[in-house]
Amino acid sequence: MRNVIPVLSVVLAIVAIWYLAAIWMNAQWERDQAARAGVTIGWAEIVPATLAQERPVLPAPHQVAQEFWALTWVEETEGRRGIVKSGSLSNRGLVLHAWVTLSATALGFIIGAGFGVLLAIGIVYNRAMDASVMPWAIASQTIPIVAIAPMIIVVLNSVGISGLVPKALIAAYLSFFPVVVGMVKGLRSPDHMQLDLLRTYNANGAQGLWKLRLPASMPYLFASMKVGVAASLVGTIVAELPLGGAGLGTRLLAGSYYGQTIQIWATLIVAALLAAAMVGLVGALQAVVLRRMGFAR
Amino acid sequence: MSARVGGSLTVLRAVAVSVAVLLAGSAALRHEIALVATFLALGLVVALAVRPWVGLLVLGLAVQQGMLLSGNPGPFAAAHWGQVVLVWLLAWAGVALLSEAPLTGAWARMRGLAVPAIFGVTLLWLWEMVVTGTQVSAVILPAPSAIAARFATSTPVLWADFVQTFVKGALSGYAIGCAAAFATAIAVDRSPFLQRGLLPVGNFVAALPIVGIAPILVMWFGFDWQSKAAVVVVMVFFPMLVNTVEGLKATEPMQRDLMATYSASYWQALLKLRLPAAMPFVFNGLKITTTLAMIGAIVAEFFGSPVVGMGFRISTEVGRLGLDMVWSEIAVAALAGSAFYGVVALIEKGVTFWHPSQRGR
Repeated sequence: MRNVIPVLSVVLAIVAIWYLAAIWMNAQWERDQAARAGVTIGWAEIVPATLAQERPVLPAPHQVAQEFWALTWVEETEGRRGIVKSGSLSNRGLVLHAWVTLSATALGFIIGAGFGVLLAIGIVYNRAMDASVMPWAIASQTIPIVAIAPMIIVVLNSVGISGLVPKALIAAYLSFFPVVVGMVKGLRSPDHMQLDLLRTYNANGAQGLWKLRLPASMPYLFASMKVGVAASLVGTIVAELPLGGAGLGTRLLAGSYYGQTIQIWATLIVAALLAAAMVGLVGALQAVVLRRMGFAR
Repeated sequence: MSARVGGSLTVLRAVAVSVAVLLAGSAALRHEIALVATFLALGLVVALAVRPWVGLLVLGLAVQQGMLLSGNPGPFAAAHWGQVVLVWLLAWAGVALLSEAPLTGAWARMRGLAVPAIFGVTLLWLWEMVVTGTQVSAVILPAPSAIAARFATSTPVLWADFVQTFVKGALSGYAIGCAAAFATAIAVDRSPFLQRGLLPVGNFVAALPIVGIAPILVMWFGFDWQSKAAVVVVMVFFPMLVNTVEGLKATEPMQRDLMATYSASYWQALLKLRLPAAMPFVFNGLKITTTLAMIGAIVAEFFGSPVVGMGFRISTEVGRLGLDMVWSEIAVAALAGSAFYGVVALIEKGVTFWHPSQRGR
């Protein structure tokens, strides 16, 4: 709790810098407009004008907040295509796009984390897999795979696989490797004493896995799942870039084509909220599970 | 022991079945079958020596799957898939044998390189065989040989793209972003208040999909490499900042007390104790951000670029269905990314030679 005041002041400082930057970056356009109209304007006219432009270079925080509100709550409750009037989420609002992105991310994350855990168990119990697969799992982290996500999407689309699945595959791929690396570390975290104890109990491999290695790996699993869930959201958003239809990535690209800066920023806010919510969810799960399992926190 | 004998018997049965499958169709492909038989014998010996049940599983399943997969039934398909399976089996048995052999010293190091290499080559070969065997269209998935051929013929283009995206965009952004984050961390270091405020915010921002600001920065800085460098700066800044701030806290009270007894000034303590102690964390940040830099530079090009660059090439060649060119770019990105990471890791090895993670190997 003692961090609240420092964090708040840092956030306030960021907002203040944002406002100053907005004034500074948007001022040129106002001066050009004034020069074209043949009048000279002072800072007293420029400042309020820069904070209320329709397509500013950098929208002010309150403009972004208004746009965010208009595209979520207002659009859904009052809009013609909103959920209140039409019964389904509006394709103009951001809730639908966030939902599409979220579902692809969640599906991909579950697939990726599941396979990651399975592969990690295989690596820990099979020397050949450890020697052959593990170096590639680590090396693959250095390859900018997300950059080719749009291509994979387009190719999968051309063979008729479209919709949620291709995006989820990208998200799964990105969350897969952090989980593998973290889980291998976690499954190997029990020390010799503990392994020897299980051997004196005459425990077999499966019992060793269920009663010692898996429980011991939980802190590592959650730490790597936090990394993985953030990575899979990035993957989904980038994967959505080439697609029409719905999704935050699609909205970003559309906004950039039409110069809708305020809309881009509002979309970014939604993406940030999604990331925070998912990482927070994993964190909450981590707190509950680790406390129930008796890890000292 | 009885399980082992049982396993071997089952392997023999599976082998007999696959031999029958191979022989059933063909007289025209005798050399193919001779080849297969050689692999078969070798694979069988090795598999029996190491893990009978692995051999059984792989052989049985893969023969069956291969027959199902092959779109064109007939002698060639059967022989083709039989061979694929056997080579795979052989490679797997070799890897298993190698990784369980009691090796020491230089031999163990060599094994550490050889095993992943065999695995990688087998994967590539499997890719080639699957693509040629099932006659996948080059528009969907080109064979590695086709990609290699394209790579060899279009090196000037690939080099120009590499320079534009990696050297101009990613490297300059990486240098600026990491230097700025490092300087910020040192500036923040003297104020615990700012540290407590910045760390949670930095951690939060580091988890955000920052790559989304690419369209905005492309609008601000134009289509050329400056906007890509700007995206990279923003992407690498926060992970680097968080790691450096963590690293500057990594000294023990004992060590700081020692500095105090030497009556070292703030800057002396920083330069002689705390910065060296922070280096493992700093390099952790530097390594994480190499991949981010590559991603940022390539993705930013999807939002607008001059007619050169890896992201530009990928998006346009996808549109022209030139998938072999796209895969060549991916190969360049993979090579550049791994080399970038490798260079940073090498520098780390030199700088943090004292750290436990670098010793005892």
